[in-house]
Amino acid sequence: MATAVMNRLDPRSRAAARGWSDLTIRNVFIIPTIVFLIVFNIFPLIYSLGYSFTDFSAASNEPVQFVGLQNYRDLLTDENIWSNFVITAKYVIVSVAGQMLVGFGLALLLNRSFAFKGLVTTLLLLPMMMSAAVVGLFWRLLYSPSWGPINYIFGLGDFAWLSDPDTALYAVAITDIWMWAPFVMLLSLAGLSAVPKHLYEAAAIDRAGSWYTFTRITLPLVSPLLMIALIFRTMEAFKTFDIAYIMSTQPTTELISIRLYKQAFQQWDTGKSCALAYIVLIMVLAITNMYVKYLNRAKER
Amino acid sequence: MAVVSSPRKAVFNRLAIVGVLIATIVFLAPIYWIASTAFKPRELATTVPPTVFFTPEITPFIKLFVKRVQMTKPVDKATYDAAPWWEQRIYDGGERVLRTGGAVQLSAYPDRFMNSLIVAVISTILAVGFGTFTAYGFSRFKMAGEADLLFFILSTRMLPPIVVAIPMFLMYRAVGLNDTHVGLIILYVAFNLSFSVWLMKGFMDEIPKEYEEAALVDGYSRMQAFFKIVLPEAATGIAATAVFCFITAWNEYAFALMLTNRRAQTAPPFIPSQLGSGLPDWTTIAAGTVLFLLPVAIFTFVLRKHLLRGVTFGAIRK
Repeated sequence: MATAVMNRLDPRSRAAARGWSDLTIRNVFIIPTIVFLIVFNIFPLIYSLGYSFTDFSAASNEPVQFVGLQNYRDLLTDENIWSNFVITAKYVIVSVAGQMLVGFGLALLLNRSFAFKGLVTTLLLLPMMMSAAVVGLFWRLLYSPSWGPINYIFGLGDFAWLSDPDTALYAVAITDIWMWAPFVMLLSLAGLSAVPKHLYEAAAIDRAGSWYTFTRITLPLVSPLLMIALIFRTMEAFKTFDIAYIMSTQPTTELISIRLYKQAFQQWDTGKSCALAYIVLIMVLAITNMYVKYLNRAKER
Repeated sequence: MAVVSSPRKAVFNRLAIVGVLIATIVFLAPIYWIASTAFKPRELATTVPPTVFFTPEITPFIKLFVKRVQMTKPVDKATYDAAPWWEQRIYDGGERVLRTGGAVQLSAYPDRFMNSLIVAVISTILAVGFGTFTAYGFSRFKMAGEADLLFFILSTRMLPPIVVAIPMFLMYRAVGLNDTHVGLIILYVAFNLSFSVWLMKGFMDEIPKEYEEAALVDGYSRMQAFFKIVLPEAATGIAATAVFCFITAWNEYAFALMLTNRRAQTAPPFIPSQLGSGLPDWTTIAAGTVLFLLPVAIFTFVLRKHLLRGVTFGAIRK
């Protein structure tokens, strides 16, 4: 392409001789970013890969010993870790399913013209722009057992949402749904508004029922964007740390990233936490890969 | 073509709009509650039933900014009358403002707020700066393995913060960057850079190549064309990207929690730590929360046209 541009230039203007060549510019523009990302993202990962084969503890001065695959073996056979993964899976399913349902539902409601539509849509998007840590904090006020407005509205007396081991995870998931359903709504709205009007008109002429129209026209055409929302939210929910960490201290809300945090920064079991970090990383990369594939497919359309 | 419209459809439409109204109220209720708590007198913040109507006051915001201590006996009238109005509000709550010499001692909040501002602004400038150049490079020039490089760039954004934070903590400890602004800024740039490249690439792709080509014909060098033609065209995109990066850095919690604890601590880990034990003063916490959320709320409205693009890394534009 670079040469194509030059060929079209008047040779007398000697554009090629002016300033840097396109190749230099490309390299100067791109390489620093790649180097920066390698130094601050990849290098730390290599560093921690090394530690994952040791019994290193960042809090002690004892000599570091190489333990081979011991950390990984311990982790994969540790029932507590598995229970952290089960909790995480439960959390991901409940919160992502909730976000998809509420978000898509909101989009279906909003997908018509009415006064102040733009304002209402933006207001509904506010929660997802906020800091999860701060959102978690003020939902603690809402969930408060004795004087929280949620218990008052639903007449639940002094039910302790966040300290009851059975409900704590769901209470956190509800907050996460509140925060991220708007994200699904935003993507669904984009999908819904892209459905050509003439399809609905044709369906109406054929006297197709509204359920039939919904399942045969709306859903198939919106599904690529719903899929992107689903994968992205799954990935993010899997990584959840802040909201659950702030809201509850119950063992039943100990997501895998909270477990990882405790192992690294409270028990100072650095070597083992590096190994666990790697297990988590591989899982996240698998979902990321899927996400990017869908994103590229959506881009091509 | 006329759309077949039945009375049943009209009724359905009405119902849907009522549904929208109810959903909006439900979604905004938590935000309303925290905002209203920030203006409540302390004794009304935790009442049963919850207090909805009250005379708003700004005492929680005053308490947020000054260091204060509980008084053992009531203040004498002469001191009270001589005090400025805001200090009287503190006396009203049975507390007094701490002073060194004559100067009021500020609480940690303004300091943490400033840390958030410094870290978010500087990291945004760097991430968007680098990102804009790189995006232009990817948008205009062919490169071997371009798709793989772009995937690599995006995947760095997807790494769980905790996974990166453990080795970063060890490395920062070795070079003395723990609990410094610089350390946090570097991490936020690394985190936002991939986002900024992807989003800016979308904006760059939309600027017709012909603009620069015309400039090149007119005797500009490629660099001049970039600075004088492309950058002004990309201004809206740069601004939108900057606001997104700012919000991400402003909101970030996990890195800040693990890599800072005092000097460079930002607001997100600080605000929840105020809860402490015993009876928390929710009005002051709410005031801190409201001030912290306000910039984000304003930016959301500024950004509303670009939100879709932002959350899909520039892939979906509409």
